[in-house]
Amino acid sequence: MGLLTFSGGIHPYDGKDLSKDKEIRDYLPKGDCVYPLSQHIGAPAVPLVKKGDPVLVGQKIAEAAGFVSANIHSGVSGKVKAIEPRLTVGGTRVNSIVIENDGKFEEMDFSANIRQLDQLYREDVKDMIREAGIVGMGGAGFPTHVKLTPKNEDAIDTIIVNGAECEPYLTSDYRRMLEVPAKIVTGLMIVMNLFDNASGIIAVEDNKPEAIRILKKMTKDMDNITVNPVKTKYPQGAERQLIYANTGRKLNSSMLPADVGCIVHNIDTIVAIYNAVIEGRPLFERIVTVTGDAVKDTANFRVRVGTNARELIDAVGGFVVEAPEKIIFGGPMMGKAMFSLDVPLVKGSSALLCMKKDPVARSKPSNCIRCGRCAEVCPGKVLPYKLAELANKGDLEGFVRMEGMECCECGCCSYVCPAKRHLTQTIAGTRKQVLANRKR
Amino acid sequence: MEQTMKISSSPHIRDRETTQGIMKQVIAALLPAAIFGIYNFGAHAALVLIVSIVCCIGFEALFQRLLGRDLTIGDLSAALTGLLLGMNLPPEVPFWIPVIGSFFAIVVVKQLFGGLGQNFMNPALGARAFLLISFTGRMTSFSYDAVTTATPLAVMKAGDKVDVKAMFFGTIPGTIGETCAVALVLGGVFLIVRGIVNYRIPVYYIGTFALLVMLYAIFSGRGFDISFLMAHLFGGGLMLGAFFMATDYVTSPVTPAGRIVFGVFLGALTFVFRIFGASAEGVSYAIILGNLLVPLIERVTVPKAFGREERK
Repeated sequence: MGLLTFSGGIHPYDGKDLSKDKEIRDYLPKGDCVYPLSQHIGAPAVPLVKKGDPVLVGQKIAEAAGFVSANIHSGVSGKVKAIEPRLTVGGTRVNSIVIENDGKFEEMDFSANIRQLDQLYREDVKDMIREAGIVGMGGAGFPTHVKLTPKNEDAIDTIIVNGAECEPYLTSDYRRMLEVPAKIVTGLMIVMNLFDNASGIIAVEDNKPEAIRILKKMTKDMDNITVNPVKTKYPQGAERQLIYANTGRKLNSSMLPADVGCIVHNIDTIVAIYNAVIEGRPLFERIVTVTGDAVKDTANFRVRVGTNARELIDAVGGFVVEAPEKIIFGGPMMGKAMFSLDVPLVKGSSALLCMKKDPVARSKPSNCIRCGRCAEVCPGKVLPYKLAELANKGDLEGFVRMEGMECCECGCCSYVCPAKRHLTQTIAGTRKQVLANRKR
Repeated sequence: MEQTMKISSSPHIRDRETTQGIMKQVIAALLPAAIFGIYNFGAHAALVLIVSIVCCIGFEALFQRLLGRDLTIGDLSAALTGLLLGMNLPPEVPFWIPVIGSFFAIVVVKQLFGGLGQNFMNPALGARAFLLISFTGRMTSFSYDAVTTATPLAVMKAGDKVDVKAMFFGTIPGTIGETCAVALVLGGVFLIVRGIVNYRIPVYYIGTFALLVMLYAIFSGRGFDISFLMAHLFGGGLMLGAFFMATDYVTSPVTPAGRIVFGVFLGALTFVFRIFGASAEGVSYAIILGNLLVPLIERVTVPKAFGREERK
């Protein structure tokens, strides 16, 4: 039997050797920290502090505005300098709380939050997770407590921890699996205990044998947790592909994982759940990989959310070139190109990838030769060349009829296109247009 | 330094394969058969190939120059068309034949419809069909070792026996590039292994054709005649057509199911043309007809999106 996997996908150069052996190091911010009130899916959080207020590490500085929203906690001690629009990586200015860092990192007393596990009700656990401001840390930023509150709780039978880390260059999840496997397993058990019928799967790409070995050893006496090696292939860690590889269940763009009885959590999210429930610590840290051929050294940092991205570049000794052509916030397949380093790291920031050369700028799109490579690699089984053609014609109806809305924007089609056409970009733009029209 | 950072939409990495790289590999896969053709038929055949390639590149450059468009001869698609066209010509044609053929292939079939990727039929085959109809005599006169003779398929059509071994190695009359079956199959396998060509079209094309020929042999009283089958597989343009012309990206279906339908259709059509048609050969017309049906085939073979299979 072959490894668990899905049909389609690509095998790009993974670049993980650059940083996979670098142990997680703490990085404490030197300068001010900036907390955009909207760094999750849902309503922006509402500030609880005002200019001049003193703040401690772990203090809740903004509160969720509604159910689909998330609390925000400070990662530094100091005082509130301003609440004003600040530049974020998306290029927009987002209302943010700016905290003047006093460099003391005085923490709140988290022990007050700790409660005996056996005295906890499920609702208490969910409350603790919600209170800790945990959101999906793989990048999407969907509030975790919402994910944990499906319509039909009895139907949830599989909790999947996403340790695929299929994006090239990223090694933050890998380091977590090597360094704190017990927290991952315990975090998974916390989530499984929220549901009557749930068993757990930790899915790891088979290019991380050491992580698989450690997790297997740790779970060998547990009947309801399995460690599944999955084939190394991008986008193995995409939610729909991961669920299919591990359970054989398929979901389309209009379904949620809970519709097929699954809940999927990123590794860092699971660790955050552990920290919140066992240690009483809210989410104010995450792991960020700093890598690429343009930095002097690579690193996996545990950083405080809100840290200025430039500080991490300085922390690895700066660039080897005067100016890298491209810096990516996240991985090379789905990350965002940065036009300024002066943006805060948020809960969903997984990496800073600095590239000396930008291959995209060097490739000029030419005519589609209909080679069909895009269709072969598409995990959504749509015809990207056709969708891009319809999109360029402005035929939105045809675009939807040809299942353009099923695209997950993984980038495989653009990656593989020999004519270097910007298929993903064209399709993603058109999807946004269709969604905007629907809202109207 | 901020201004020097490049901004673009994800993904930020690209595969190394390019259009030019693909064309190069197809040309490389054709070379053994072409070189054998030159060895088999002599210097004139080499000149026909060269004239054809040079003219295809030249007409493309000239057309784009005159219309003020970007030059695309660097993608090597024109060179490939020239090579294919030359390989589809009899070895002794006068040089004006490849010149006219190149003009028709590049200007009429390819550029007038919008250039690479937009043509509705294979340019080299379109030109061959055009030449065949316009200059039938010159396009169907084959000689071997300076003796004018019939091709093996024509010999079979007349009811005579042929030498299958010679057909396999290519020491027979025919067009410059079609005779050496072994070189063409090797080239085709190379393309499939390299992932340039998908196996579906050649396998279903040749498979369907072989099955029908076998059935015909059995039911027409020849019995289970292997040499009749081999002669049909290795004679004429089937190997060149199935591996190199039917698989032309632009003029074949992209969908996996469409490729199967296309292959089966071509196999059946080639069988009908060869066995029941007036001419001994049928590969080029079958492929051209198939090319015209590609939009329709693609329309009915759109794969179901992931997770949407149960939809009506």
